[in-house]
Amino acid sequence: MPAENQIISSCVIEQGTVFKNGSMLFENKGADLAEFLLSIYQHFQLNYPKFYKMDNLTKLGWLASEVLLKDSYQKDQYQPEEVGLVLTNRNSSLDNDIKYFESAKEIASPSLFVYTLPNIVIGEICIRNNFKGEHGFYIQDSFDAGFIAGQADYLLNNNILKACICGWVEVLGQDYKAALYLVEKNQTDKSVPFSIKNINSIFETF
Amino acid sequence: MEKNVFVVADNVLSPIGKTTAENFDQLKKNVSGVKEQNNPAISPRSFFASLFNKDVINIEAGRTKFEQLLIDSISDALKNSDIDPKDKKTILIISSTKGNISLLETEEDTPELEKRIALSTSARLVAEHFGFINTPIIISNACISGVVGIITGMRLVRTGQYENAIVTGADVISSFILSGFESFQALSPQICRPFDRSRDGLNLGEGAATIILSTNKKYAKNIKVLAGSVSNDANHISGPSRTGKELSLAIDQSLKEAGLSANEIDFISAHGTATPYNDEMEAKAINLSGLQSAPLNSLKGYYGHTLGAAGLIESIISLQSLKEGVLLPTPGYKESGVTQSVNVVANIQPITAKNFLKMASGFGGCNAAIIFGK
Repeated sequence: MPAENQIISSCVIEQGTVFKNGSMLFENKGADLAEFLLSIYQHFQLNYPKFYKMDNLTKLGWLASEVLLKDSYQKDQYQPEEVGLVLTNRNSSLDNDIKYFESAKEIASPSLFVYTLPNIVIGEICIRNNFKGEHGFYIQDSFDAGFIAGQADYLLNNNILKACICGWVEVLGQDYKAALYLVEKNQTDKSVPFSIKNINSIFETF
Repeated sequence: MEKNVFVVADNVLSPIGKTTAENFDQLKKNVSGVKEQNNPAISPRSFFASLFNKDVINIEAGRTKFEQLLIDSISDALKNSDIDPKDKKTILIISSTKGNISLLETEEDTPELEKRIALSTSARLVAEHFGFINTPIIISNACISGVVGIITGMRLVRTGQYENAIVTGADVISSFILSGFESFQALSPQICRPFDRSRDGLNLGEGAATIILSTNKKYAKNIKVLAGSVSNDANHISGPSRTGKELSLAIDQSLKEAGLSANEIDFISAHGTATPYNDEMEAKAINLSGLQSAPLNSLKGYYGHTLGAAGLIESIISLQSLKEGVLLPTPGYKESGVTQSVNVVANIQPITAKNFLKMASGFGGCNAAIIFGK
């Protein structure tokens, strides 16, 4: 049995709040989702013009990855192909699918159509960080810590990845939630074991 | 010691046939499903695609066409095996890019409809039909979904978490999908021509396919799934890598995992969508991995791009090539239109083959490679 992998950092975004490693870093209640996402972008002083063209699902996943990695992942710590992602959610890209379909009744827009795939969230995070490793987007009725742990552990324990960003990124209308975990093999002073219990308790942060 | 993963049975359900054998017979006769379509429900203009004729798929009440395709494909694959879906050692894996999205076109957008569209709703319906005990796994990762489904299944049985994996996938072409590809100006106004000088875009296609994997030693004489890998370009969400380096990484990683050298790959089933950029990128990746002399085909001229089913359909047809020793051509190909040399198969030919490589790439910069072998 390989040693248990470690959660180096976590980020949970839901109900107008942003948590990192269990501490609330930002709160903006009452805003609608698009406004809330923009306020996170501004609060963390991010500078990435591509953000504005993303759909809400991608914005949410991308923002969660920025908070997750800031001060927890050193750029170029690993080779590009040694970092990958395993993401899950319930409604795929349906939030943007509905918007695309409405717009296509007039004129179909390629810039909206490209976001009708959930794995575009992964693509945008990879572009931002030059991550080129294994990845997959899976659809599940509800958050399944066991499945996520199984996938990430396989990739780390078989030396396919050295760091895996995994978790849940879901948006449908005004309902949303992101919970991302940065998982690596080695323990750090702040890391916690990548166990089902810890994964679930972080998911239930709010 | 890692367990060997054997292919137990399979099915291809497409506009040209309802079983793998029917499909392969049609392909040997050079029959293509791609033709000019006039279907106002999908597009006000005529377009080239491979679509099921009405009444070919008998959709039972309470199911959508997408779900019926999955059920019909799984049923046929199971018929040719002794795998029990009700066994707790058996897992169902479903791959699709857009599933039931066409319901948006015909139904009013309500919370109930949104639930009906969710892929987990379809997965539950299919799983209940066959009596699967385990909750199905659903992969939706653009055009590499089918290959990722097989890789996911291979890993889940290799670790011993399950003994058998039934990997299935389907996509249905509707106005949602067609309008999107049209907006990208990605559709060819004729039957597509992968790797050819005059290639001008892809055709869409409908289909479903199922492959059953097992680690049970009683299948030890069967063809094996040897290895698979996924990579990301980290370059652009709607255009492939300029260098092909990342697809090549996935190929090299698969070769390494399979313990094979490049010259042991006897043929390649390319993604070969016939868009200018995709085929160019694949040609570069193939050269970077030293596979430029391996015979290569693209089946898109027969099936169109069947999205989440493509990786499954094309893997299964290539398995049949391995079994029968018949290498299929690349319809539409006459003269190379990529900057790097690749060995595109233009005519059907006999082949003595032991291993083949299947590749796929898609939006979001995703690439996948998988190797099957005797």
